[in-house]
Amino acid sequence: MRSNIRLRDHHRERQIFSNRLIAGIVIVVAMVMILIVRMIWLQWAQYERFALLSEANRIQTQALAPPRGLVLDRNGTVLADNRPDFSLTVVPEQVRDIEATLDTLGKLVPLADDDVQRFRDIVRSRRRPWEPVPLRGRMNDEELATVAPALHQLPGVRINAEAIRHYQYDELFSHVIGYVNRINVADLARMDEATLANYSSTHFYGRTGMERQYEDALHGNVGYRKVETNAQGRVLQVVEEKRPVPGQDLHLYLDLKAQQAAWKALGDRRGAVVAIDPRDGGVLAFVSRPGFNPNLFVTGISHKDYSGYREDLDRPLFNRALQGQYPPGSTIKPVVGLAGLEHGATNWNRTIRDPGIFKLPDTERTYRDWKKGGHGIVDLHTAVVQSCDVYFYDMGVKLGIDNYHQFLDQFGLGRPTAIDMPGEATGILPSRNWKRAARNAPWFHGDTVNVSIGQGYVLATPLQLALSTAIIASNGTHLTPKVAQESQARMPGTDVIMKDPANWQRMHQAMEDVIHGTRGTARAVGYSSKYRIAGKTGTAQVFSVAQDDEYDEDELHERLLDHALFIAYAPADNPAIAIAVLVENGRHGGSTAGPVARAVMDAWLLNEKGELEIPPLLTPQAQTRPPTNKP
Amino acid sequence: MQQEYLRQLPNHQRGAFQKGIAWRLHLDAPLLLGLLLLMGFGLFVLYSAAGENTDTMTRQVVRLTAGLGAMFVMAQIPPRTYRFWTPVIFAIGLVMLILVLLVGTEAKGAQRWLSLPGIGRFQPSEIMKIAAPAMMAWYFRERTLPPRLKDIGIALTIALIPALLIGKQPDLGTALMIAAAGLLALFMAGLSWRLIAVAVLITAIAAPLMYNFVLHPYQRNRVDTFLNPEADPLGTGWNIIQSKTAIGSGGLDGKGWLQGTQSRLDFLPESSTDFIFAVLAEELGLLGILVLLSLYLFIVGRGLWISLQAQDTYAKLLGASLTLTFFFYVFVNIGMVSGLLPVVGVPLPLVSYGGTSIVTLMASFGILMSIQTHRRLLGGH
Repeated sequence: MRSNIRLRDHHRERQIFSNRLIAGIVIVVAMVMILIVRMIWLQWAQYERFALLSEANRIQTQALAPPRGLVLDRNGTVLADNRPDFSLTVVPEQVRDIEATLDTLGKLVPLADDDVQRFRDIVRSRRRPWEPVPLRGRMNDEELATVAPALHQLPGVRINAEAIRHYQYDELFSHVIGYVNRINVADLARMDEATLANYSSTHFYGRTGMERQYEDALHGNVGYRKVETNAQGRVLQVVEEKRPVPGQDLHLYLDLKAQQAAWKALGDRRGAVVAIDPRDGGVLAFVSRPGFNPNLFVTGISHKDYSGYREDLDRPLFNRALQGQYPPGSTIKPVVGLAGLEHGATNWNRTIRDPGIFKLPDTERTYRDWKKGGHGIVDLHTAVVQSCDVYFYDMGVKLGIDNYHQFLDQFGLGRPTAIDMPGEATGILPSRNWKRAARNAPWFHGDTVNVSIGQGYVLATPLQLALSTAIIASNGTHLTPKVAQESQARMPGTDVIMKDPANWQRMHQAMEDVIHGTRGTARAVGYSSKYRIAGKTGTAQVFSVAQDDEYDEDELHERLLDHALFIAYAPADNPAIAIAVLVENGRHGGSTAGPVARAVMDAWLLNEKGELEIPPLLTPQAQTRPPTNKP
Repeated sequence: MQQEYLRQLPNHQRGAFQKGIAWRLHLDAPLLLGLLLLMGFGLFVLYSAAGENTDTMTRQVVRLTAGLGAMFVMAQIPPRTYRFWTPVIFAIGLVMLILVLLVGTEAKGAQRWLSLPGIGRFQPSEIMKIAAPAMMAWYFRERTLPPRLKDIGIALTIALIPALLIGKQPDLGTALMIAAAGLLALFMAGLSWRLIAVAVLITAIAAPLMYNFVLHPYQRNRVDTFLNPEADPLGTGWNIIQSKTAIGSGGLDGKGWLQGTQSRLDFLPESSTDFIFAVLAEELGLLGILVLLSLYLFIVGRGLWISLQAQDTYAKLLGASLTLTFFFYVFVNIGMVSGLLPVVGVPLPLVSYGGTSIVTLMASFGILMSIQTHRRLLGGH
């Protein structure tokens, strides 16, 4: 009922208002119901989830890194320990703007591009959230004083005091103990869940040498601390704590004195020394020169230092003792001689006339003796003492490659020695099968001639030479070289049994005459020694220098010289050390490598007064410790 | 003669005219009781939310007392007087809002405060929370109901001008609240359901456009966060995630008073102001929430009852829209804290710590009491 003039209809207006009020009440009640349903959803249906979230907020589990085990030499001298270091760390989860924070920090303390790059890598990697990520280590007092006052404006940035690895003797043990450095993405990616958890607050990882080999034992077990924190990460109270189990100390067979003697005696020459106690296989000295300073690697080596090492022609990062494969040269003659005796290719009475050259029957190919004109009439003893090549050419051909390979294999040549050190090179002990597989060619007599004097295809590492010398010294007793007393490794194989054990003594005598005989090739080595030494010299031809490497003339010349080799054991009648020395481009085994061996033997066998005092073997309990290395 | 009249009235109306002490002081006893209970409950929660800080408690008690004072004063003034002064106050409010934009004091990136010599700093937008719905009520009292299209247009202008001015400060929360107050008044005046449907439709279409072209970046952020808080859990999403965690972890009976880890370990932001509801939910659980909602419902119910009994259109519309706006605050705050609505800075009425809003709210309850206690014996004309 509409009209142009609208009259106020109070009743209708009241009605409208009442209706709207009722609608309003309905809406209000509906909205309250919505809120209640929402609360039931959050507090009842989703309760478990939010309760967990809230608990996770409140309680944070902080992993406690276990202190890494020490590395000690056989006398308990500490070779590697842990020292406090202040590093700058960042918890990325607590930083709103990482770039701005890095910017600010960079203005306070020098940050190398390396540091920042590594930091970014870790942040991007698969890592535990809320764990501090190291940004820069080795903060000095001045830098600490600059950063500390600014920290309250930089949430998530902390100064972290942590123990970092320290190697007391810098380069000396670099190729044995190796080094740890910052754990990286690849390390973490390789770990299973349990290991990953154990490493949750570990910042370092064994990279080479003992540190790598015994990483599991040295590392220990992670502890944790459950703390109640507020949103700023401030710890309010410790709710629960489990102390970390420290890593086990690693006891080496190495003798600091012997190691130092070897290091010093090699001087600035490139080379390697491995000394083994033939009584138990313990490694007494293990040196490869040049070495490197492992301390530089721990918190991250700078590009400059690293490329310095990488570009050095002398390859300081290369472990010659373990991975350098050299022709053993004449140092192989005692073993080959033993092989000839065992297989009837010769005996101590058999002589040949050495005219200075050797001709294989039915061929025109000749093989020279190192001595022009030859040695005349020689027997096996003389052939060893004077290192007569022709005798061994002749005997080798009679022996044949199959017997050669079978016999020499027992001395650990051409296969892993099972030393407790990662990355061992196997060398080559050639055989017919090997040549077919590697060179796709049949075996020739000429090949046998060459390998009979340790040239040609045969290659050995200084470690293998030291081991085979130790086996000779111990009359064929089976040995496994061990660096750490904890080693449980065993080289496959058994004792070397000679049909006539007297052959050991005869060979020992020949090797002793190399040093002490009137015609020996290493007479200088035995000069005025307090004990008798048995040994053998050798030279290894350098066959190739890569064509495209740029060397200047002098360099080229020097690096083409023969490698000098020397093996020895002492005292000759009761051996307590067997040693192999390699001096790259040292030319003559007796004059360059021999004195190095003598220095190490003196260091090991003589007491402070310079008297012979054979060091005792390590106590049995040290050797029967429960296995701590890899399961 | 009056006695005789009273006897003829229905029971419930007779009670209202029997003069108690409260009545003589122009106070509505049930409403006052509801408000005092709510304040007490709020202080109880605040004690925990503020970390048992007595300073905070003292300041809040002072503020609540000031609110009660404002309520008392407002209750003494008869609705007639309010009606008379409404256009003037509305005009003054508008002028001040413009002044704020020109010479206001800036705080936290927004110009909301006006410093007046002798009075000190205050937010003119608070005046508008009452003045805008009052102006609508004033306008509709002069018109016949339901409103015609022209009246609707004018009413919308009355509500939207202050809302836009406040939104410009920017203070999205208050702007929305004032717009809501105006729209609620319009709704109570009898805006046809068909038009409401059309308005809802237009809003749904306009929302994305508003988002893209009208909102400030910080406001857009809030909407993004609301739609997907997990996208930036440590940045803008932090508040809402922590607040939902607080509520959810409270469970049915809560972690216990003073035992809420979310709030007491600082995970919950703004725990004594805008997010105080999460503290209550965490410590007192669903039970505590039901108590709170019951108190609010009681107050809203009483307010609507007063409006229903009011004697003229002005009082009815003003009373109802003030009451519903109050409820709207409650809904928006709880909805925002529990993740149903985007985060807009709206406190939980009479429970959240601080702000001029307590005084404004209590003043509006004073007006409701005035409406209730200044009724004349014979119904309005």
